[in-house]
Amino acid sequence: MTMDASDRRIIAATQAGLPLVPAPYAEIGRQIRLSEAEVIARMQAMQDSGVIRRIALAPNHYALGMVANGMSVWDVEDARATELGAQVGALDFVSHCYLRPRAEGWTYNLFAMIHGASKDEVEAKRAEIATLLGSACRSNDILYSTRILKKTGLRIRGEA
Amino acid sequence: MRRVPLPPEALDPVDRQILNALQDGFPIGEHPFAKAGAALNLSETALIERLRHLREIGAITRFGPFYDAAAMGGAFCLCAMQVPAADFERVMTLVNAHPEVAHNYERTHRLNMWFVLAAETPEGIAPVADAIERETGLKVLRFPKLEEFFIGFRVSA
Repeated sequence: MTMDASDRRIIAATQAGLPLVPAPYAEIGRQIRLSEAEVIARMQAMQDSGVIRRIALAPNHYALGMVANGMSVWDVEDARATELGAQVGALDFVSHCYLRPRAEGWTYNLFAMIHGASKDEVEAKRAEIATLLGSACRSNDILYSTRILKKTGLRIRGEA
Repeated sequence: MRRVPLPPEALDPVDRQILNALQDGFPIGEHPFAKAGAALNLSETALIERLRHLREIGAITRFGPFYDAAAMGGAFCLCAMQVPAADFERVMTLVNAHPEVAHNYERTHRLNMWFVLAAETPEGIAPVADAIERETGLKVLRFPKLEEFFIGFRVSA
């Protein structure tokens, strides 16, 4: 879908979240001088086209006890990577799932971020993925983060 | 963001019901909290107050639209470097100095530094990665996404 300046203003006004007021879409419209009806119609169109994946609540998984996570990486047969990647992404403990190119000294093409209440639980879930992938997977590894070195939000500008 | 679990008594059954239900979606319309609340037997005001409280205690990371990053026009690339331990702080400072470096993690692997480059256009990625290679004298492996899969991630509250 083609986005225009108004859509981009809506994105800029909502990328930090929806206001917690009875008519949040009207409130966004007030901030960027669009009517509530127009904000609603445009956000619905963006949701229909996939620009908005969903409007929802993301719980803080750390606060809810899922304090461990690891970036699991898998060397999956190319011919089956799309089909199997979709199955891994659909698991309820995987928060990101991508196919990426292999590199020199790096044979893994499927990346899946695994979450759990403990490192043991993350390892158990990693074993679950290994079973799912079966013989289509030649090897795998998991990388735990030991330190956040930088973290900034991914932002776009309102005017574009 | 809060990175420590809340004590179990911080959330009552209604809070947990809200956290579970609204992960699946939230309506677009004139009175979306009234509509979402009706499904939970909560008034519009009660749902808004609960959500404010859940946000205050750090139980919610985000509430609102989740945008497809690529559809918004930006370009992103996961990158990794093998940084000698003795050189780690110097390299980290050089890498983090680039505004295009959106997040950066130290990880347990021979490739021990992993960061995401974010640029306005796909052409904006390579010059930054090349600059980091020049500045640090180390190779920057680039892992752009080839395919992204639908995510079924759910946190049970």
